[in-house]
Amino acid sequence: MLKQTENIIEVSNLVKKFGNFTANDDLTFDVKQGEIFGFLGANGAGKTTTLKILSGLSYPTSGKVKVAGFDVYREREKVKKNIGYMSQKFSLYDDLTVKENIRFYGGIYGLPGKYIKEKTDELLRRLKMENIKDSLIKSLPLGWKQKIAFSVAIFHNPGIVFLDEPTGGVDPITRRDFWELIYEASYSGITVFVTTHYMDEAEYCDRVSIMDQGRIEAMDTPALLKKQYNAENMDEVFIRIARKQQL
Amino acid sequence: MSRFIGFVKKEFSHIFRDYRTMLILFGMPVAQILIFGYVVSNEIKDIKIAIYDKSKDNVTQEITNKILSSGYFIIDKNIDNDNQVEDAFKKGNIREVIIFEPHFAEKLEREGKASIQILADASDANTANIVSNYTSAIIRTYMKNELMKGELPFVIDTKVQILYNKELKGVYMFVPGTMALILMLVSAMMTSISITREKEMGTMEVLLVSPLRPMPIILGKVIPYVGLAFMNALVIIALSYFVFDMPMQGNLTFLLLETLLFILMALSLGILISTVSKSQMMAMFISMFALMLPTMLLSGFIFPIENMPKILQWLSSIMPARYFIVIVKNIMIKGSGILVVWKETLYLTGITILFLVISIKKFKVRLE
Repeated sequence: MLKQTENIIEVSNLVKKFGNFTANDDLTFDVKQGEIFGFLGANGAGKTTTLKILSGLSYPTSGKVKVAGFDVYREREKVKKNIGYMSQKFSLYDDLTVKENIRFYGGIYGLPGKYIKEKTDELLRRLKMENIKDSLIKSLPLGWKQKIAFSVAIFHNPGIVFLDEPTGGVDPITRRDFWELIYEASYSGITVFVTTHYMDEAEYCDRVSIMDQGRIEAMDTPALLKKQYNAENMDEVFIRIARKQQL
Repeated sequence: MSRFIGFVKKEFSHIFRDYRTMLILFGMPVAQILIFGYVVSNEIKDIKIAIYDKSKDNVTQEITNKILSSGYFIIDKNIDNDNQVEDAFKKGNIREVIIFEPHFAEKLEREGKASIQILADASDANTANIVSNYTSAIIRTYMKNELMKGELPFVIDTKVQILYNKELKGVYMFVPGTMALILMLVSAMMTSISITREKEMGTMEVLLVSPLRPMPIILGKVIPYVGLAFMNALVIIALSYFVFDMPMQGNLTFLLLETLLFILMALSLGILISTVSKSQMMAMFISMFALMLPTMLLSGFIFPIENMPKILQWLSSIMPARYFIVIVKNIMIKGSGILVVWKETLYLTGITILFLVISIKKFKVRLE
């Protein structure tokens, strides 16, 4: 697959402090258009903080952050139109049906009703969820909710989608299914920025960065990282990096 | 605009699909009004009294008959001498002793003035107050009637005046209070819970990432509750008018406008609560303890403000519900217009703006 070399996310010297605590310590990285970029790290490493800054939910203390060509601080509204976001809590309305959720989220992005209807039908067909379109979200298993939440996050065809630990709490097979969806989105040209602490998922990414205590310790393709750290899998890479920090 | 309508529609779905919300919204106002109307009523019935008639003439007899035929009192015993008065109270089954002075009718005719002493058992202060008020009201009515007949040219003593609520009906007291309480509950508590719910569910983040701006998000969440609270107000007014014979002396449109103002005040308070609470539970507790209890206890709804300690009186004077109750009473019972209640209206407007400004500030801070 041809990967463009244009940067869709540019972060330089990003610092985010909460009082005395530095959650993001001088981060600099780029994400290229169409990439699946894995943002890895242990819990509390500062992944979610960075994600919130990139998606405009939080402001950086200092540094420059550009998403889809716009400054997240000064051109927030323009950034918003170009991104999709799926939070850790998968964020669908429990008491609305599958169809209603899709309709609602399509609606707040200002998509026309007819378009939403057509696209919803197509989406449900693709997810093989036509028969549950009128079921309430709360009646569905977690894995299904996550798939729907992801589909909703990219429903308005954003340039980038931010996924904050999208596969938390489900079994490996469901996780694999979920990654099929991510690949499909990536194939259609959407840049995927995903945080996770599952190292097996890191293998699926085009490029990963590994974060520890607010800093990016390593960033490359999974293959090159494994070579560099002389590891068999990403799990080992991660452990070596974490150990190195402790020494 | 269509985005906004979609948003409001979604909010209504949340409300209509949650039976607990529906119960609070539609069951509670009716239940409250009926409970306050029938059970917690301040009205009295069949209160036991004693009569100490030192005169025993036709006028005292007539007054006694009037009192006993009112339906509020039944006679427990007749007293013949001073010593029995205290005994009667000590036995504890009578609430009041009515004493006619000697030569009552004679004095009335000669001097145009005679006195009746009313002794009430104030161990239950509230009842004592009501009982003595009822008695003097009955006596006054009697005197007024006699005066109109022109048979007795005496002066009417009008030291204790009971205005606007000549029948001393409890309904006049509790309708405005219940209205304040329910509107506060529906508007402030329900909105704060529904906003914090979005935070808890993580959907608020998604909304904030979307091109919707914070203001429309909040407005979209609040507008359904404006409508529902307003409907509640209509139900309460209708119930009090048709079931409990509450008068409606003033302008209904004006009353509804003032009600709308109070609803907006409560909603802005609800938004404020939602900006400081992290969970639905917390929003509910803040609403309960910081809003409901003070509204019930300090607004003059249940306990008279004049009887409170100074510090509580001072606290009461910042309760928005207190001013709303004054407004509703004035409009419904006295038929007052804006000229009478402009100060209260101004206060409610001011505090609404204050709450809104603080909420908007807080809401922005939350994004930092």
